[in-house]
Amino acid sequence: MGGFPILSAVVFLPLLGALIIMGVRTATAGSFSKEEAGKENRAALLAGMIISGATFLASVAAFLTFDANAAGYQLVEQYAWYGAVTYKVGVDGLSMPLILLTTFLTPICLLASWNSINTRVTEYVVAFLVLETFMLGVFAALDIVLFYIFFEAGLIPMFLIIGIWGGKEKIYAAFKFFLYTLLGSLLMLVAVVYMFQAAGSSDIEVLEKYAFSPHVQTWLWLAFAASFAVKLPMWPVHTWLPDAHVQAPTAGSVILAGVLLKMGGYGFLRFSLPMFPDASHLFQPAMFVLAVIAIVYTSLVAWRQTDMKKLIAYSSVAHMGFVTLGIFSFTEVGVQGAIFQMLSHGLIASALFLIVGVVYDRMHTREIAAYGGLVNRMPVYATLFMLFTMANVGLPGTSGFIGEILTMVGGFQASTWAAAGAALGVIFSAVYMLTLYRRTVFGEITNPKLEGIRDMNMIELVCIVPLALLTLLFGVAPNLIFHITEGAANRILSLMVGG
Amino acid sequence: MLDYTAMILAIGPELWLAAAGLVGVLLGAVLKDRFNSLSFKYGALALFGAAALTLIFYQGGEAFGGLVRTNTFVNFAKFVSFTVGGFALIMSEGFLKRHETIRYEYVLLTIFASLGMGIILSASDLMTLYMGVETLSLSSYVLAAFHRDSARSSEAGLKYFVLGALASGMLLYGASLVYGFAGTTSYAGIFTAETSIGLLFGMVMMIVGLAFKVSAAPMHVWTPDVYEGAPTPVGAFFATAPKMASMVVFANVMFTAFGGILDQWQMIISIIAGMSMLIGSFGALTQTNIKRLLGYSSIANMGYALVAVAAGRETGAGALLIFMTLYVISSLGLFAGVLAMRRRGGMVESIDELGGLMSTRPWLAIALSILIFSIAGLPPFGGFFGKWEVFNAGVQAGLMPLAIILVIASVVSLGYYLRMVKIMWFDEPKERFEPIDGSVTLTVLASAFVAGIVFLIFINTLADWANTAALGLPS
Repeated sequence: MGGFPILSAVVFLPLLGALIIMGVRTATAGSFSKEEAGKENRAALLAGMIISGATFLASVAAFLTFDANAAGYQLVEQYAWYGAVTYKVGVDGLSMPLILLTTFLTPICLLASWNSINTRVTEYVVAFLVLETFMLGVFAALDIVLFYIFFEAGLIPMFLIIGIWGGKEKIYAAFKFFLYTLLGSLLMLVAVVYMFQAAGSSDIEVLEKYAFSPHVQTWLWLAFAASFAVKLPMWPVHTWLPDAHVQAPTAGSVILAGVLLKMGGYGFLRFSLPMFPDASHLFQPAMFVLAVIAIVYTSLVAWRQTDMKKLIAYSSVAHMGFVTLGIFSFTEVGVQGAIFQMLSHGLIASALFLIVGVVYDRMHTREIAAYGGLVNRMPVYATLFMLFTMANVGLPGTSGFIGEILTMVGGFQASTWAAAGAALGVIFSAVYMLTLYRRTVFGEITNPKLEGIRDMNMIELVCIVPLALLTLLFGVAPNLIFHITEGAANRILSLMVGG
Repeated sequence: MLDYTAMILAIGPELWLAAAGLVGVLLGAVLKDRFNSLSFKYGALALFGAAALTLIFYQGGEAFGGLVRTNTFVNFAKFVSFTVGGFALIMSEGFLKRHETIRYEYVLLTIFASLGMGIILSASDLMTLYMGVETLSLSSYVLAAFHRDSARSSEAGLKYFVLGALASGMLLYGASLVYGFAGTTSYAGIFTAETSIGLLFGMVMMIVGLAFKVSAAPMHVWTPDVYEGAPTPVGAFFATAPKMASMVVFANVMFTAFGGILDQWQMIISIIAGMSMLIGSFGALTQTNIKRLLGYSSIANMGYALVAVAAGRETGAGALLIFMTLYVISSLGLFAGVLAMRRRGGMVESIDELGGLMSTRPWLAIALSILIFSIAGLPPFGGFFGKWEVFNAGVQAGLMPLAIILVIASVVSLGYYLRMVKIMWFDEPKERFEPIDGSVTLTVLASAFVAGIVFLIFINTLADWANTAALGLPS
């Protein structure tokens, strides 16, 4: 301990930036004429990107001081806060990559909004920065109450992002998102209060070692699962996701798919497995069944979608099924694969939503039927789209392959049938992704409006190309990730045995 | 021979308020209409002075042969009540001026109502309690009907009076039963008295009377009507200072006088709490008038507070103070927000009038949103810890069904709290509100900042104060 509190700086830098942006806007309110409003908007977005970029650099700096070989939590900061509840943050091999993913995606989200968001831009930037702080807090918190606060606080900015800048049914989607997630979270709160009173501490490191009786574990596990299953989301509590994704603005979908869904998987790995090992074993078959249903059923649902965003949303549910499968295999390879799959999906799904956003900004429709033959007018777009289609299918050479194969290997060690079911899902994913690709990109141009469509511009390329490079890099050299996550995965599994 | 030092230690703030009220009457008689505007500064001085005196005599004392006995638990509540009462008074001035009803009687009634709050909090005897309840109630009835030319206001006053008189009667009847069977009216005497069916009867009657004062279900029906009908600043006052005082008195009576028979009343309070939470949060769902909505919301919040009462003294007393403090600060801010809703000379009260507030008055919208989320108990705002404390107390006392109802009611209440946020942030902007009084703006921003943010970061300080104060309860 001691030294510069780099982790807190990473977490609260975006919030500080948001306050500064709000302050500046209040100070300069009215000094821009109507014609200059565009200039003011761009300035706000630019400021947001600078702040989130600085946050990214700060998180990289934190990463450089992070020792992947050391076990346990690092960069720990702890301050007295509220009785036994302390402000305690720290990272391990599980949370560090997710923090980097968050700080990496936020500037991309803001850049992707450069042309597509034109109303209430300052508020938009502020909402994103506040959201970033809460997301980072979730991954950094080492106190269960602090975790809960960040976890639930994130709902507010996301509610506003969907509700203000969303599509036609935005109000419905925003309320559904909020109330669905809140109900799960409050059940978790009940469990948190119980654990706090039983163990007399809310420190995650203490709770990991506290042995709850198997009967109690069952209830606590269910309460936590209620929250994480909604967030992940697992079948059958996934129904909020397609609505939220379809109605959210492009950048909102990116953050939703890229980071918010990962909180569910993170929660299972951070809390359910190490703290309630008996209950986790008890519910393993049920989780496998749900995971396989999620993979197969939502893949089939995705196949029938006519809305591009909805298709990708359902595909997210299916891919999160692999995460569940890997986590509940309780094997090193499965857990590592699950973490890897979360990161990989964070890159691929984000990129796919950005890709849909590119044509949506030009045509203002997400109907698959309205497209076709884009390759004739947008070759660069078609190439990148192809890359991410293949990555989503799980083609070797992309990060999607590594995640799927490892979670399936892990699942296979625990249950042959579960792995077999999941493998079926891989085939379906190829079916719906290739169908989507064929119907939008190949063929002749049938919709006359598409004649004048322009290929991707510089801003869009800057958003998507880094994601493409990382997808390929992690597909070829997955050890870059495994090197970091190995210690954490082993630690979680050893806590399950020794806990 | 009276011991004046002990008397001042015990009831210094009440003496100050009584004196301030009487001097105010004299000033009013001499200065007549010239006192009207000045009286608000005078009243604020009286209330803030009383709050300061409460801090000076914080440890409390005993006077009048045990009729009055103060301790840190009730003094904490006094301090909060007088302070928020002072703020409620300050922000009324502009409203009354515009309605041409700015009269010094308003201030004097507020001072006397505060005196009543002080007396009920200091009471350690049923007679003192009843005296204080009447001082508070009679001033409140008149305040509710203060716009005597307005039918709505008069109706509110009359309703409040008729139902309030009934509740006072219940309280008095219960007190007389308790006296008959326990043979004493002092809390300490009742505590040691032998339990009999008559004593329990009296206790239940007293619970009914007290539940009316805190507007807990099923004695809640007056609340939405009075909040809606009474002039808005009066509603702001009702929703804050007397709520804090009455709830702490409720707890004080249950803990101090009936503390030995917790098992006899825990179930009753639990049912009242559960009903209040559910009726309050479901009732608010369909409201369109913001004052009625806040009325139902306060019923629900009183239900949450009663969970802490039902949890008993050891686990509940500190939690109650923390919850109520955060609640009254947020409530004050929300009512200040209602005072800001003014267009072309008239007040508007429909929730839809807040439409697009984020575009027209961003800081007001942000502050109100923080207050709403805080009162809903949603992290990351201070109100979360209020609910956390109450919930914790309930679970610790083994009141699991109540804890579950609390969770359900919280989700339901999000339905209408979110609707308010939705209207402010998502809807098309309506015409901008007229310029807002400085005192109102200050109250909204300050209460949002204090309840939402200061007490999130420094919640430990508040909890320390409250938990230390709760230790002052006689055991």
